Amino acid sequence: MHSDDLVFKALGDSSRRFLLDLLHKRDGQTLGELEWELTMTRFGVMKHLKVLEEAGLVITRREGREKLHFLNAVPIRLIHDRWIDKYKERELSALVDLKKSLENAKCPPQRKRA
Amino acid sequence: MPTAAQESLNSTTHIHEIYIKATPAAIWDAVTSPEWTAKYGYRGMSEYELKAGGKFRARANEQMRSMGLPEVIVDGEVIEASPPHKLVQTYRFLFNDAHRDEGFSRITWEIVQTEKDFCRLTITHEIPASAPMMKGAVTSKFSTQGGGGWNWILSDLKSLLETGKTMS
Repeated sequence: MHSDDLVFKALGDSSRRFLLDLLHKRDGQTLGELEWELTMTRFGVMKHLKVLEEAGLVITRREGREKLHFLNAVPIRLIHDRWIDKYKERELSALVDLKKSLENAKCPPQRKRA
Repeated sequence: MPTAAQESLNSTTHIHEIYIKATPAAIWDAVTSPEWTAKYGYRGMSEYELKAGGKFRARANEQMRSMGLPEVIVDGEVIEASPPHKLVQTYRFLFNDAHRDEGFSRITWEIVQTEKDFCRLTITHEIPASAPMMKGAVTSKFSTQGGGGWNWILSDLKSLLETGKTMS
């Protein structure tokens, strides 16, 4: 099962995040194409892709003689909905308030008059 | 009909996959019945004639119509219907003339039971190069307005089937 643990682990490495970015830019790439972009051995890229596959973040499809790699962003969305959305709202509105008060610094907020 | 090779040159494939704790039949119903599709994601009402050559259309809900969207917001044709495991269809947005002119894409829905209680739902969406607006809409990031695309729809569907509640 694709638990959050596998996704967090997969995302906790800059090479793997870079691979996801490459697929986000252009979906359905071969190992050879992805390898071209990384300064790492073919075996290293394969290992990273395997971790991404186990987390459900990369899905492979065979097309003719080639194996294509596709980004599946749904697990990231699930983590967003479970872990980020929940904590985001209050902080966001605080940031928005801060931005507004900074931008209006020239004319400080008016006090309520008694 | 263009060959598969021609199609792959002129279209991009996007895959969205999710594991849901539900039966294949429950997921099938959630995808193909308007009572269910009105409860998650964008909450349009999907109607399928579940046979090869059958019609597909998604109707706008009240809120969408009040925003000026037409009565039917998505249309298409059923290419293959094998309940509760596989549905292949064409899919075109009708939000306005520009969307209509982009033409049809193709969606394959696959539901596979992977464990006793879990199914894997995979959506493969093949979008022709002539439909950049559709591509933008269905792959859009959750931070953009009206955005979320399939990632968000599937996350909401999982939440509905597993907990009886949606997220929004």
